[in-house]
Amino acid sequence: MNRQNNMISREEVKHIAKLARLGLTKEEIEKLQKDLSVTLSYIKKLEELNYDGVLPTSHPVKLENITRKDEAKTRELGEASDLIKMAPGNKEGYIKTRRILFS
Amino acid sequence: MSRLNQLTITGAQEGLKKKEFSSREMVKDCLRRIEEIDKKIKAFITVCDENATKEAEKKDGRIRVERDLKILFRKYPLFGIPVVVKDNFCTAEIKTTAASRVLENYIPTYDATVVKKLKEAGAIILGKTNLDAWAHGSSTETSDFFTTRNPWNLSRLPGGSSGGSAAAVVADMTIAAVGSETGGSIRQPSAWCGTVGLKPTYGRVSRFGLIAMASSLDSPGPMTKIVEDSAVMLQVLAGKDDLDSTSLPNPIPDYSANFNKGVSGIKIGVPKEYFFSEVQEDVIKRVSEAVRIFEKMGVEIKEVSLFDPKYAIAVYTILQRAEVSANLARYDGIRYGNDRTFLGKEAKKRIMLGTFVLSAGYYEAYYQRAQKVRTLICQDFDEVFKGVDLILGPTSPSVAMPFGASKESPMFGEIQDALVEPSTIAGLPGINICCGFSSDNLPVGLQIIGPQLGEELLFRTALAYQNETQWHLKKPKI
Repeated sequence: MNRQNNMISREEVKHIAKLARLGLTKEEIEKLQKDLSVTLSYIKKLEELNYDGVLPTSHPVKLENITRKDEAKTRELGEASDLIKMAPGNKEGYIKTRRILFS
Repeated sequence: MSRLNQLTITGAQEGLKKKEFSSREMVKDCLRRIEEIDKKIKAFITVCDENATKEAEKKDGRIRVERDLKILFRKYPLFGIPVVVKDNFCTAEIKTTAASRVLENYIPTYDATVVKKLKEAGAIILGKTNLDAWAHGSSTETSDFFTTRNPWNLSRLPGGSSGGSAAAVVADMTIAAVGSETGGSIRQPSAWCGTVGLKPTYGRVSRFGLIAMASSLDSPGPMTKIVEDSAVMLQVLAGKDDLDSTSLPNPIPDYSANFNKGVSGIKIGVPKEYFFSEVQEDVIKRVSEAVRIFEKMGVEIKEVSLFDPKYAIAVYTILQRAEVSANLARYDGIRYGNDRTFLGKEAKKRIMLGTFVLSAGYYEAYYQRAQKVRTLICQDFDEVFKGVDLILGPTSPSVAMPFGASKESPMFGEIQDALVEPSTIAGLPGINICCGFSSDNLPVGLQIIGPQLGEELLFRTALAYQNETQWHLKKPKI
């Protein structure tokens, strides 16, 4: 692939963990750095194949443009409150989260 | 008389129709069996004893007043029959964990389409079975709760990820089960436990309400004691679902209509690449014997050549990790479930690789390249199916492995599933059936793979083999 070798650096592991919203311990970062490198060198095998001009497949079955009617559906009110109650933080019918916007 | 938990779906239907026993008695025998042996096997995360018993009593009430039970069972083929469901299918009011601490207290408000269809066909949900957490694995060892044991040998793994379902079926704790497969998760545990496991064509069975792993691969399917039951179950589960845009609108054939047609004249291809060096000697022996039996039954066997499975492993690893990282992004601990610190090691590893291959600068080198090779793998199968009706090979390179095996290699699952990944990448149906036992008395599985929507021929062929060999009659002593 377009990497010199299949080693992933510590910094890369930390960067990916941030993108994936995962908090990792020092030991986890070390272990992952090793494991991911092993996996990447395995998948390097694909370079042996010639696929010039081959189109990518995103789904194995040929279906196109599956749409549904754009109509409003009525759901029971109870269901909404059941769903809200599942949230670890909830208040007066709303889900509570940490603040994400700051002025 | 043998106990009712040992029944098959077909046997249960007959007995209920003739009023030889009640649904309540059948549920009671299953619950008693669970009580007796699940301490050792650990197949269940949740047992719905009260609800199942109540439901069975209701069903019995209906059976008592129904005038024509034949009509009732034609309409509701699973009427009063207990089944278990892998714990990654959402069940309304029943805890659904995917064997992850993230969802350890999650109680869905709705049923997965598979569960809804089981209930509509009259089935009784007996419990929810163990799996690798999020279905990530081939052993149940990545379950955040416990590892299931193989009923044939308690120091061996049941395979996975649908290991709880396979173990529950072969140990007669249920009449039948539902599992899900992304790359081997129905067929491989079925091989290791000696059950019949069908991975249907991608899209034949709705994914709605199945906790998503890799959405372009996930396929729910039946895990049963005999081939006939697999057909009954698929008949119930198959079909277009408005809630899953990738479910197929194609008509559903009567899967049992041609059961008696036999297999004479059918052409089966045996790919030489499926007998690579890591495949155990016992497995090669049993599968080769099966090939000869098919020949004796009038099947035309042809040697065929398929892509080396190592390419499929690489493609599968990239696609699956990428889709996993996207699907598990929703577990933020804000709306339901625990937060991301509760994710286990295996899930984190998969999310990390998936995020990496999708990240800026690497998307084309990894994900898109894998999608292109996916096209080549699909074309490779298309080409082979021009010359044969079905493909046959071992399901797993080995028989059930000892506890701890999955922890030794970061690629354990992929090598384990090398023989099932190519067909899953191409969305093909495949069925595992027991083809004998190893020298240490562990089941060996063979798989038959068909072209897309070829389930009917898969059933017919597997059934002919089952009738000829009767391996399904051998049961583990627990």
